[in-house]
Amino acid sequence: MALIETVGLKKIYNLGGSVIAALDGITTNIEKGEFVAIMGPSGSGKSTFMNLIGCLDKPTAGRCFLEGMDIGCLNRDELAVIRNKKIGFVFQSFNLLPRTSAIENVELPMLYSGLSPLDRKLRARKALKMMGLEGREEHLPNQLSGGQQQRVAIARALVNDAPLIMADEPTGNLDTKASEEIMELFVKLNEESHITVILVTHEHDIAAFSKRIIRFLDGKIVSDEKRSRP
Amino acid sequence: MINLAATVKISLRALKINKMRSALTMLGIVIGVTAVIIMVAIGSGARERVSRQISSAGSNLLVVVPGSMTAGGIRMGFGTQANLTTKDAEAILKECPAVWDVSPEVHGAAQVVFGNQNWSTAITATTPSYLNVRDWLLDDGRNFSDQDIRNTTKVCIVGQTIVENLFAGQDPIDQIIRIKKVPFVVIGVLEAKGQDLMGQDQDDMILIPITTGRKKVFGSLRPDMVRSIIVKTVSTQELPQAETQIQELLRQRHHIGPKEEEDFTVRNLTQMLQMAEKSTRIMTMLLGAIASISLLVGGIGIMNIMLVSVTERTREIGIRMAVGAKVRDIRLQFITEALILSMIGGAIGIIMGIAGAKLIALLTDWSAMVSLPATAAAFGFSGLVGIFFGFYPAYKASLLNPIEALRYE
Ligand SMILES: Nc1ncnc2c1ncn2[C@@H]1O[C@H](COP(=O)(O)OP(=O)(O)OP(=O)(O)O)[C@@H](O)[C@H]1O
Ligand SMILES: [Mg+2]
Repeated sequence: MALIETVGLKKIYNLGGSVIAALDGITTNIEKGEFVAIMGPSGSGKSTFMNLIGCLDKPTAGRCFLEGMDIGCLNRDELAVIRNKKIGFVFQSFNLLPRTSAIENVELPMLYSGLSPLDRKLRARKALKMMGLEGREEHLPNQLSGGQQQRVAIARALVNDAPLIMADEPTGNLDTKASEEIMELFVKLNEESHITVILVTHEHDIAAFSKRIIRFLDGKIVSDEKRSRP
Repeated sequence: MINLAATVKISLRALKINKMRSALTMLGIVIGVTAVIIMVAIGSGARERVSRQISSAGSNLLVVVPGSMTAGGIRMGFGTQANLTTKDAEAILKECPAVWDVSPEVHGAAQVVFGNQNWSTAITATTPSYLNVRDWLLDDGRNFSDQDIRNTTKVCIVGQTIVENLFAGQDPIDQIIRIKKVPFVVIGVLEAKGQDLMGQDQDDMILIPITTGRKKVFGSLRPDMVRSIIVKTVSTQELPQAETQIQELLRQRHHIGPKEEEDFTVRNLTQMLQMAEKSTRIMTMLLGAIASISLLVGGIGIMNIMLVSVTERTREIGIRMAVGAKVRDIRLQFITEALILSMIGGAIGIIMGIAGAKLIALLTDWSAMVSLPATAAAFGFSGLVGIFFGFYPAYKASLLNPIEALRYE
């Protein structure tokens, strides 16, 4: 069974008369353990696709299965549970809570899965350590560099043992060196922990870390190639 | 499942970020709760005072005074005409079946001297039945006798204020005091009663036999004339009957035709006091209600700030949703914030309210009684206000679309 399976996924925006098909019938499969890069020009629907399979948004038409479960049939709270347990998000703009320490940011998903305060602390500490952020636990986001902030965000995505990480241009705000560090972390997670990684990027250097590249154009898939990592 | 301690911690942090704003929002609730507590305290103080007066004035009383009151108001001051007599009083007792006891009285003010002390006080000249009619007891000594009335004996019964100011701790019984230079023997001491409805000290008085009063103290009066007649019925139910019976009897005795106006007025003292009690109760409720409005306004302030907060923190809400916050987690978060604002405001309001009520009691002669139920109600109400006015913003926050919230600028 595929981890993600979409069938004719559509997202139509209706903006004051003009109809925009952000996604125009996407049918694809992503297996467990894959490392997928999604590429395509701006406005081609990459983010829209990520939001739909990430249970953050609802499709206009078509279906999307996660571990065989039709997520179109789930209510808000059931979707929240899936986001909490199955998916770790990494955003271009980090999306850490301001004025909240690194460790508390990492604890956030566990707050909603009902772990005890002690367990939360321990696991958050471990996740930060894994991201090479030992000793930075009490730092606020504005006291960290962009690369460090993104690593806090990855720690937050991992802390609930999500089998799937979805990253929408995770290196978009970082310089080359920090970008490579982040990508190496993703590769490590993918290879050592068998975590499925789906990431959106504009840069070929970044896409080069992946094992499969799906290209979007005008809401459709124009190419889908599997490759081996160099 | 969500950890309550963590929710409270997050709320406190959010409130701390906008300290000034949180403090001002709280101030609305503080003022509301303070107002409720002070207003209800003043109201219940007034009520307490009235009910004490009811018991000290004596129950089931009518007062007959000369002069009439027409629909247009008071035609002549009560008691300016000299047309009520001891005979009227006796007739009322004898011929009105609803009447249990009567006591005619003449009163005035006089200078009283004992040794080198002197004191100006109210003198009531009356009959032995006076104590029964007013439900008053003696602390010491004895009442007048009918013999004292017949013989115009120069004896008197003094109130507590007289004992304090004239006798300064000495036993007043059998001492001789001079009322308008006339020597009187003190035969009794009244029990303490406090103030009456008008705030007059009811202990600052001296009772003397009515005959003695007329002859020796209030010299210029027509013989037999009385200033007022106090009438007591057996129970409250008989007050209206007694009132009509007295009216009929006195019209007859004073030869007043059916179309003519009465030259006397019957006042229902018990009814007046009960009305006073009722009106203070209504006043208490009214004051409380008005104060509650300020609490409500404080609640609207909370709602206002929470709505602003939800808008400001849309992105934060989006992040929380993205990592798995459920609808009720988001709601709980914002309701907790509103509740913390209103409860802290309520607690401060209780302290200020109690202090304010005490201060008012200290600075004015109003009695302010802080009531525990009103305080608990005000605190509970402020909590409810927090939940009620926090709910809509929380509800609004919980229904945000995660992706729109995340993209919110
Ligand atoms: N909330 C929205 N309302 C209306 N139109 C939208 C909305 N979100 C996206 N779109 C439209 O959908 C299309 C696809 O947008 P999407 O964000 O998926 O593009 P993208 O491939 O991620 O682009 P980029 O590389 O610039 O991030 C665009 O034309 C965009 O204008
Ligand atoms: Mg995008």
